[in-house]
Amino acid sequence: MLTFIMRRMAIMIPQLLLLSLIIFVLAKAMPGDAVSGAIQGNPDVSAEQLEEIRGKMGLNDPWYTQYSRWLGDFVQGDMGMSYVHQQPVTTLLAGRLGNTFLLSLATLIVSYLIAIPLGIIAGRWHQSWADKLIVGYNYFSIATPLFVFALLVLFVFGFYFNWFPLGGSVDIQAEGGSWEYVVSKAHHLVLPTLSGALLATAGTIQYLRNDIIETKLKDFVKTARAKGIPERRVYTDHILRNSLLPIAAFLGYEITLLISGSIFIESIYSYPGLGQLFVQSISTRDFTVVSALVMISGAAVIVGTMLSDIILSIVDPRIRIE
Amino acid sequence: MKKMSPLLSVQRLKVYFPIRGGFWHRAIDHTRATDDVSFEIMEGETYGLVGESGCGKTTTGRAIIGLHKATSGKILFDGIDLAKLRGKERRRRTKDIQMVFQDPYASLNGRKKVLDIVAEPLRNFERMSPQEEKRAVQTLLERVGLDADAAYRYPHQFSGGQRQRIGIARALTLNPKLIIADEPVSALDVSVQAQVLNFMQDIQKEFNLAYLFISHDLGVVQHICDRIGIMYRGRLVEEGLAEEVYSNPQHLYTKRLISAIPEMEPAQRLAKRRVRQSVQEQYEGAYDQFFDKDGKLFDLKKISKTHSVAVP
Amino acid sequence: MGKALLEIENLQTSFRIKGTDYAAVDDVSLCIHEDEVLAIVGESGCGKSALALSIIGLHEPRVTDLRGAIRFEGENLLELSRKKLNEIRGKEIGMVFQDPMTALNPLLTIGSQIEEPMKYHMDLSRIARKERALDLLRRVGIRDEALVHARYPHELSGGMRQRVVIAIALACNPRLLIADEPTTALDVTIQAQIMELLKTLQSEMQSGILLITHDLGVVAETADRVAVMYAGQIVELAEVDDIFARPLHPYTRSLFQSNPAKMPRKGRLHVIQGRVPNLENLKREGCRFADRVPWVPKTEHARSPVLQEVKRGHFVRCTCYKNFHFNTGRSGEKDVATS
Repeated sequence: MLTFIMRRMAIMIPQLLLLSLIIFVLAKAMPGDAVSGAIQGNPDVSAEQLEEIRGKMGLNDPWYTQYSRWLGDFVQGDMGMSYVHQQPVTTLLAGRLGNTFLLSLATLIVSYLIAIPLGIIAGRWHQSWADKLIVGYNYFSIATPLFVFALLVLFVFGFYFNWFPLGGSVDIQAEGGSWEYVVSKAHHLVLPTLSGALLATAGTIQYLRNDIIETKLKDFVKTARAKGIPERRVYTDHILRNSLLPIAAFLGYEITLLISGSIFIESIYSYPGLGQLFVQSISTRDFTVVSALVMISGAAVIVGTMLSDIILSIVDPRIRIE
Repeated sequence: MKKMSPLLSVQRLKVYFPIRGGFWHRAIDHTRATDDVSFEIMEGETYGLVGESGCGKTTTGRAIIGLHKATSGKILFDGIDLAKLRGKERRRRTKDIQMVFQDPYASLNGRKKVLDIVAEPLRNFERMSPQEEKRAVQTLLERVGLDADAAYRYPHQFSGGQRQRIGIARALTLNPKLIIADEPVSALDVSVQAQVLNFMQDIQKEFNLAYLFISHDLGVVQHICDRIGIMYRGRLVEEGLAEEVYSNPQHLYTKRLISAIPEMEPAQRLAKRRVRQSVQEQYEGAYDQFFDKDGKLFDLKKISKTHSVAVP
Repeated sequence: MGKALLEIENLQTSFRIKGTDYAAVDDVSLCIHEDEVLAIVGESGCGKSALALSIIGLHEPRVTDLRGAIRFEGENLLELSRKKLNEIRGKEIGMVFQDPMTALNPLLTIGSQIEEPMKYHMDLSRIARKERALDLLRRVGIRDEALVHARYPHELSGGMRQRVVIAIALACNPRLLIADEPTTALDVTIQAQIMELLKTLQSEMQSGILLITHDLGVVAETADRVAVMYAGQIVELAEVDDIFARPLHPYTRSLFQSNPAKMPRKGRLHVIQGRVPNLENLKREGCRFADRVPWVPKTEHARSPVLQEVKRGHFVRCTCYKNFHFNTGRSGEKDVATS
């Protein structure tokens, strides 16, 4: 088991290296560099001085030296300077990373709270009216574009009823660490979480429903029924146990999906998270920030998949490896 | 049967599969699926390869047709060593060998028409106009006892026995000399099985086919095979004419296998049970004597002109 | 023969396919006594498995219609509530399925799967249940029972798994064991061992066995009485010695003739003309086997055939058996694709 986890982690290292290399190359291929962004255009600086600064910053070194320096800095937490914000990228990310993580986690929990019971109902009483209703809801949420739905929610509950704030992640007047601060944070989370979750449920419901319908017909379920155990226990101990397995395993992956999928929701609700920053940075061509964000979300996907593999190997005895 | 050079001669064939493990996922050991197996099949002969699941009989068949790579050994077909050939050259040489699979439900592509299924080998090897192709396929379908217009139907429109005939028609398209039949009737009901077995015997005479008949069903093998080889743990432990092996089994494993065949006389069941028990006791007692000091099963030794057995 | 354990009276099991009901089991009546092995033989689609599943109520109730009566020790199982039925299945009736590779829950240990029915049907402590599970494993011939108890299904071979499935079926000392093709998925030597095991356990427990199989060899070796099913009906029912020595119904006789184990080497096997009708185009009236023996004149078949006792304990459906002979012409061999 330990060997498996260690090997799985070892596989991650080359994946991350490859990802960083691709990002580095792409960033280099972009027009302009740190010097041109920060200083160029300033009439007081001559072309020779520019070159000198470039030389000092190591921008004329061979690519592998630059790459290893960039990577080394990155690992130590120095992701470079944002030349739009004139701030270290790390500082820029610090608060937003927390916000996005909070939003993703909340979305994940809420979407499971909705999807798992609905998926179970639809699967267990498959072809009943409840099932048809749930499947209808599913089609609706798959067919509705995310931004339309989110805008609608924002308009109705935020603007029209004025129940929830229209943007931000916390009331500016709330003091950090106070009870009001926590309540305000939660209050700001409600709309983005709900609209994210309502749409994220469709996949889980569909998956769970289909898996239950399929598992119901398996031979071991016949064996369980032939044992004369109550129908409720046939479901909990046999069918659900098997059908929830892939859902549990998908958890690690799901959370990274939400992190990278937060772009729309955060933009619509002006929620200060990574997604919103990403959109801003692209439009202002703030490439240090963009590449740091791509690196982070890429790493999140890799870590998430690893997490999924490890969870699956823990919950499924067939994959448990000595 | 007069002595002639064999159609297929498998010599010291080994097929090993790596077992991977440890941190680096390296091959740490091998499964010896087929471990030093030699046998010959004459033209027009039916050779039965018999054994229980995991004994290596299917691997052996698949290695001959090239679905598994031989680790070592020779597969001489018409005098040419197939084990050495690769790619196109091998495919050209093996067109005289065709395979029929166990499950007639799974082995035919359900989305293709019977015409396309049966014509596929033709398209790979021969240039034919669509008319010629159609005629060839319809002739074959009639040969295997199906209507000519069966060509325009899909596999799911046929019963299990008919599907197995389609599989056989497909194998026959290139006029092969050898058909490797891997459990061809195991998935079929008794009455359908009878149809397919009769039919396989008919086309054997008609096309002078040789069969490598791979099966676990000793009743069927006894019925259809001229010679049989008993496989156990990747090796042949006994080989001989079918009647020899059945009426006079020498290796204890063969005895055990034969004693396991259900007795069709209800009145004999107690006697059969006693035989089975005594063979089982002998088998358990003498189990260690099957192997040489390296833990390998012994090579076959001739005990008569046609009968060999793996003993020290 | 002991007293009657299970009596089936005029059972009809129909499945609803696209709005129409089709009877997979039609007019089946039989009786299993304690201490008896009754074998039901037939080819795929004859309704033998549908019959077995009807007995313990495993058909999807929304698409299944069950008529007639299935009396277990006097109680009609078809009239019981789900709760009452659950008090019988697993406790009084154990079931062994065909494929040991899929019959066990892959996520639960062998031990917990054997102990599960005991939890609901027996008043035993956790320790006592484990003791019993270990004892059952020993009785089904597993030597390192403590090790196997903690294992998962995928860690065991097919033969071992089938022993576990049998141990589950026997967990609560059932009065009746239903075994649906218990050896079909197994190797011959394992098959012999499993049948031997079932026989031994039966004589220890004095219970009845309903053995569903297509394998005449298995029948000859284990059954006391045999029922042959064709197209949803029992066409012949007799003591095993009787039916093997003197099969009467044309279908039974044809089955024997097409078995390679009973025929001389390289000889031609008998082929039954046509094919088994599927559920949707099963004819409901007259002798259902008539189409497959077209050379037998129509007048030989009964208009509405019933199972008749022609000799003590030997029942045959239809009258066509009286003048049945095998058609030796080879014309019947070509079967035509029908869609």
